[in-house]
Amino acid sequence: MFSLLNIRVGFYLALRQLKRASLWTTGLIVFVMLLTFLNLVVVTGILVGLIEGINESYRTQYTGDVILSSLATKNYIEDTPSVIAFLKTLPQVAQMTNRYQTSGTIEANYWNRTSNEKPNATGAQVVGINPTSEDAFIGLSSHMLEGSYLSDDDYDQVLVGKYLLAKYAFGEQPGLTPLKNVEPGSKVRLTINGAVRDVTVKGVVGSKIDLLAASVFMPAGELRTIMERTDQNVGQIAIRLVPGADPDAFKQLLLDSGIGEKAKVQTFEDSIPNGVEDIKTTFAMLGNGFSSIGLVVAAITIFIVIFINAITRRKFIGILKGIGISGSAIEISYIFQSLFYAIIGSAIGLVVLYGVLVPAVAAHPIDFPFSDGILVAPIDGTMIRILLLVLTTIVAGYLPSRMIVRRNTLDSILGRN
Amino acid sequence: MIDVKNLVRSFKDGPIETRVLKGIDLSIGNGEFIAIMGRSGAGKSTFLYQISLLDEPTSGEIHINGKETHLMSEREKMLFRLAEFGYVFQDYALLPELTALENVALPLLMQGLSRAAAEEKAVVALTRVGLGKRLKNLPSQLSGGEQQRVSISRAIAHAPDILFADEPTANLDKESSATVMQIFKELHESGQTIIMVTHEEEFSKFAERVVKLDDGKIISDERQAPQLSFAQGVS
Repeated sequence: MFSLLNIRVGFYLALRQLKRASLWTTGLIVFVMLLTFLNLVVVTGILVGLIEGINESYRTQYTGDVILSSLATKNYIEDTPSVIAFLKTLPQVAQMTNRYQTSGTIEANYWNRTSNEKPNATGAQVVGINPTSEDAFIGLSSHMLEGSYLSDDDYDQVLVGKYLLAKYAFGEQPGLTPLKNVEPGSKVRLTINGAVRDVTVKGVVGSKIDLLAASVFMPAGELRTIMERTDQNVGQIAIRLVPGADPDAFKQLLLDSGIGEKAKVQTFEDSIPNGVEDIKTTFAMLGNGFSSIGLVVAAITIFIVIFINAITRRKFIGILKGIGISGSAIEISYIFQSLFYAIIGSAIGLVVLYGVLVPAVAAHPIDFPFSDGILVAPIDGTMIRILLLVLTTIVAGYLPSRMIVRRNTLDSILGRN
Repeated sequence: MIDVKNLVRSFKDGPIETRVLKGIDLSIGNGEFIAIMGRSGAGKSTFLYQISLLDEPTSGEIHINGKETHLMSEREKMLFRLAEFGYVFQDYALLPELTALENVALPLLMQGLSRAAAEEKAVVALTRVGLGKRLKNLPSQLSGGEQQRVSISRAIAHAPDILFADEPTANLDKESSATVMQIFKELHESGQTIIMVTHEEEFSKFAERVVKLDDGKIISDERQAPQLSFAQGVS
């Protein structure tokens, strides 16, 4: 079938049919192919990007590239000062921030609560931070929904994550009873390991990361006082690496240096709960499912277009066969036409994807309630999808042309059924 | 050149079988110009389709240039048609998106000629029928007569052994018909075998032999002195 002669004649026919086809028809088919291409790439890209957005938010707003945290058997990183001193000698480290962590409860409206009234209180993670270094590291001040950010010398002042407040929390969440009537300036009561401290809410943190949005932040010095800690051991050290440094290699370096005996060492990907990765896989599967439907729709569209084209040209196909043009050459001419539609549609799709959509979504992430979604479209995955589209289109173009070409030559010429 | 023996073609429509050709025997020699005539439904076009290998006879034998064509596969027939035959159809049968030049060049390309060689031959064929200046025109930009001349060019460009023409003047006005018949006459004079189906008496006069069919059988087969020009004897 695919002899050089058939290909040459098929190409000759296809080129001229495309050149002299209606611009509107060609434009419409190419547009369908463009939409199919975008459907193939963008739907999966957004679904995966939604989870990638969460990952990226974790990295930029909490963990950095590598995070050290206390071992399961301890509440702090042992011998923190020597660990920090060691980290400062490493050229891969661009920035660090230290955090103290403990759990506690936060109660609102405690001053006018009657003795038999249920407290308006909720459990929360309390994080002690150095406001300046934390802001430099994760830009915490840029996530203030209300009020203002902490300064290093603030005392009895806290920042409260939005999920702890009734007006921002969405729906009931297990173990979380959002606080009512709390805003900047409100007094709340912190209870940590039995120690009680009445503090003022200075601001509300509005991140989409649970670790920020469901925590209470206060200056590290004050939290250490409440926790009655006299040592310098912290709960977490978040590390940002210099551009180009590999988090996995750096993690291995720390483990090789023995830090693994004092702290749990994780890259930002390690620190993300397993469920998030599972969701990412699920979303990718869903995206592929939606894309497959798109592919089938595109195949049917091309099939119908080529079928209608071939059936309306049935007489001419009969004449071509009658004057000695081989059926294979005629079929190949339709394959070339289908290829043209798929390649032009994909080429325009590539320009739209990498020239417009990816940069646009990167600059203005999609505002999902729990993530700033980005568009994930790795070039290798995109190329595989183009290949799929082209193969599907070839089959969808070939089948109807074969159906028509196989009909009796004279019946085709005379228009007999 | 062509030997037809006891050719039968019947069509079935459910239990009803209609015999259109009822055992035709005919021999056609090299360089003959034959007009096949008959009233509507006589079987003349069906006969043409059988001997031009566009259709499969129900029974009988067709020998062309010594080859038993009734035993050929579809692919062999296709290659045979490409090499040995030229066709002129009633409705010109040109591909609308190909120019006159491209329409004529296409079968030549299929014969394995390069594009340049095919187009060179196509130019010669189109010039021969007076269309040397309409090479780049699409069929829609040509008159009916011009389209039929393109169709003739396509049929003769590869110098076929036999030229088949099915009612070539049926859709043309008198002037265009005259031009077409003049071309046929010139082709015949240069040695081209032509088998033409027509129901018009005046055009059959250009042929040197007239075969008349009625009810699927040959009722007469007569030789005649061909008319020399269109004006001669045409009412």
